[in-house]
Amino acid sequence: MKKSSLSGLVVLVIRRDLLLAVRRRADVLTTLIFFVMVVSLFPLGVGPEMDMLRKMAAGVLWVAALLSSMLSLGRLFSADYLDGTLEQMMLAPQSLSMLVLGKMAAHWTVSGLPLVLMAPVLGVQFDMPAQALGVLIIGLLLGTPVLSMIGAIGAALTLGLRGGGVLLSLLVLPLCIPVLIFGTGAVEAVSAGLSAASHLSLLGALLVLALVSTPWVTAQALRISME
Amino acid sequence: MLEVSNLACSRGDHRLFSGLSFTLHPGQIMQVQGANGSGKTSLLRTLCGFLMPDEGTIAWRGEDTRNLDEDFHAEMLYLGHLNAIKDELSALENLRISAGLAGIELNEKEAITALRRMGLRGRERLPAKVLSQGQRRRVALARLLVSDAGLWVLDEPLTALDAGAVALVQELIAEHLARQGMVIFTTHQPLQVAGMEMCGLSLS
Repeated sequence: MKKSSLSGLVVLVIRRDLLLAVRRRADVLTTLIFFVMVVSLFPLGVGPEMDMLRKMAAGVLWVAALLSSMLSLGRLFSADYLDGTLEQMMLAPQSLSMLVLGKMAAHWTVSGLPLVLMAPVLGVQFDMPAQALGVLIIGLLLGTPVLSMIGAIGAALTLGLRGGGVLLSLLVLPLCIPVLIFGTGAVEAVSAGLSAASHLSLLGALLVLALVSTPWVTAQALRISME
Repeated sequence: MLEVSNLACSRGDHRLFSGLSFTLHPGQIMQVQGANGSGKTSLLRTLCGFLMPDEGTIAWRGEDTRNLDEDFHAEMLYLGHLNAIKDELSALENLRISAGLAGIELNEKEAITALRRMGLRGRERLPAKVLSQGQRRRVALARLLVSDAGLWVLDEPLTALDAGAVALVQELIAEHLARQGMVIFTTHQPLQVAGMEMCGLSLS
């Protein structure tokens, strides 16, 4: 028997959550299919006007990513809360914030990363130019982890509440607006022939800010929910 | 050594207990007794730090547990009403993960040995959802075997267990006390631990 270190414990949480996601594949697939469906509905609904589609592409993809990330947030802590694993996590000999960070990382890998990987394929439906697609991907890569991290605060606060899912969206969506603005702004800038660097830097800054603050805030929210 | 002094706890507007003081020394075991709703679980959850006491302090080796936080967690083991068992994972994976969360890295052989001692031979690799309630409890109790915590906080450890498993838990507790461990537990079933004096704490 060996004592595990802080990094060992974080890796354990990530591996555990990924293993559970593999065993419950349906949950992961619903999120991804929802994203693909919502994005694909727009070209069908709006009609094949290339100019209009190109203009709205970034916005549609970002809003769809935002909505589908809401779908999986409810499950982030609720299963662990109901079966008592969360109690054991709070009693772990390392800081709860770091374990929460591990759970956020696993959540992003399962529900954020697939969206980033799907985005280029979906972007083609909107006739997005290659350069805009590239910026969209970088933006999503920087922005979707922020969505997972902000969402985790909401998930922790609404833990154990009836009808928590709707409340969760109402709490989290307004907080995600900056990510949406800078994410779509980057693509618009490139389409207008400007540099996307400033928008992407701001997204990066949001990511760093979220990395530093949200695990601690989420851990505090979990402690409140456990009482 | 666990020292509780002048502890008061309430749920909502209802005061469960107040002015509660006791000391638990190494090698001692304490049974918390009381009717349903008298605050046994709340007391244990307060000791763990899940609930904030209204007043009073809980000290571990002379230091307030709220300041110790993670250092205290490393020396205690809590087994509540919930088993913390995932249906999708096997008994083996469940035990290795729950031990890992408590800071102990188990290899497969150590985990299998622990599960076999808990009477789960042949069930190690079955997903937990096909195990019976008692078997799931046994998986949770296997953590007692692999833990090196000094203080065990057990909330109704005997629920859903058969006579054989109850005897096994008694044996584990006796071994733990012989190693100068401490146990505080609640139960509605009689629990005899050979050669140990039991302190009782009645809540009303």
